Amino acid sequence: MEKLTYFPGCTLKDTARDFEISGMAVMEALGYELAELERWNCCGTVFSLTEDDLMHQVAPVRDLIRAQEAGSEEIVTLCSMCYATLKRASLFVNGNQERLDKLNAFMNKEVDYEGKVNVVHLLEVLRDRIGWDAIEDRVSRPLDGLTVAPFYGCTLLRPKEIAIDDPEAPTVLQDLAAAVGATPVDYPFAVECCGAYQVVDHRDIVIERTHRIMSAARRADADVVVTSCPLCHYNLSDTQKELVRTVPDYKEMPIIYFTQLMALAFGVDAGKIPTALRAKLKRLQPAKREG
Amino acid sequence: MTRTKQVEAEDIIAITGMSMGDIVDKIEELSGQNVFACYQCGMCSAGCPMAEEMDLLPNQVLHALQIQDPEAMTANSMWVCASCYSCQVRCPKGVDLAKVMEAMRQIYLRKQLDHVSLNGLTHREIRRLPQIAIVSSFRKKTG
Repeated sequence: MEKLTYFPGCTLKDTARDFEISGMAVMEALGYELAELERWNCCGTVFSLTEDDLMHQVAPVRDLIRAQEAGSEEIVTLCSMCYATLKRASLFVNGNQERLDKLNAFMNKEVDYEGKVNVVHLLEVLRDRIGWDAIEDRVSRPLDGLTVAPFYGCTLLRPKEIAIDDPEAPTVLQDLAAAVGATPVDYPFAVECCGAYQVVDHRDIVIERTHRIMSAARRADADVVVTSCPLCHYNLSDTQKELVRTVPDYKEMPIIYFTQLMALAFGVDAGKIPTALRAKLKRLQPAKREG
Repeated sequence: MTRTKQVEAEDIIAITGMSMGDIVDKIEELSGQNVFACYQCGMCSAGCPMAEEMDLLPNQVLHALQIQDPEAMTANSMWVCASCYSCQVRCPKGVDLAKVMEAMRQIYLRKQLDHVSLNGLTHREIRRLPQIAIVSSFRKKTG
């Protein structure tokens, strides 16, 4: 079984447990082991955007050092925000000797970081190394009839230098949905921002964003919204509860991670699946579900 | 959630110790961006998911910086920006506006003028919010 050096990040060990559970299960089914990086630390969640700020690169660069220590020149992430923070940190320091020298001098208890570790998102591994055909071959319970609205959010696609797909018209989540037998739908909010960390002190903005995003997915006849970002997942799920209470006739839309969608089609551990989606699948696949 | 008092235009020099001209220079230095590259096409504001929450639209923030208008630094725009980078992928002039907004926040944050406070969060909010949200918010809005 091929090993991938896996960086989970904090949220996959806490509120996004189902992301990790399903991610591990589907990769195992495809013949890959997500080998967790030893002694990893929080990446910092957001990339520092000022040119002179090396201090906030210490956390992500230390994770790159851990990969180097493990003999790997690659880190694979599932969380979109970890992906963006680690990827941007790697681009900021890899090949820049002055920055590397300063960081290595500061982290004098660590081995020197050589600037060679690349950061990839699991969706890139699925698309570019495993391929949609191999994923389709592994499907045991095709999700025929299930309509899926992809929600990319920001950090898989922007800024453009770290985009895993076309930042304005990505297809990777649609292609994945199609590979597992589901029907991807097009709607205008797939690459929009959910409000991100503004939920902490501007929750009202996130509620409004969720209302628009979910209503657009509903109008496109989606059964479920699929994402790869734990913060998008939290924002969209949690604020929907308020919309159910405050907006007449608002109907809650299930939201899952892309790995959960795959796990449902592979018949492996998908973690906790929203009741409404379970019910929908039961209607779509009665014989297989009961069996 | 409590926030620091909205800064008045006349207070900016007293608080930052910098004139608007110095502030614009500092923003360019911190962000690595040329704010004068903007020719006001408005693409950033057209695509900005937070535009309707902002006192000044993203393109107006850049214009205010170009003419050293203190409103750039008093408007709520920099605090509402979520660094989603929609503007960056669309800007025909290659201006990384998210970096400009971060530099503007840093002008205050490096003077210990935090915009959010942990004391402003209730126990319920702290229990409910995932750490990814709290860490991001405090990385963006505290010094």
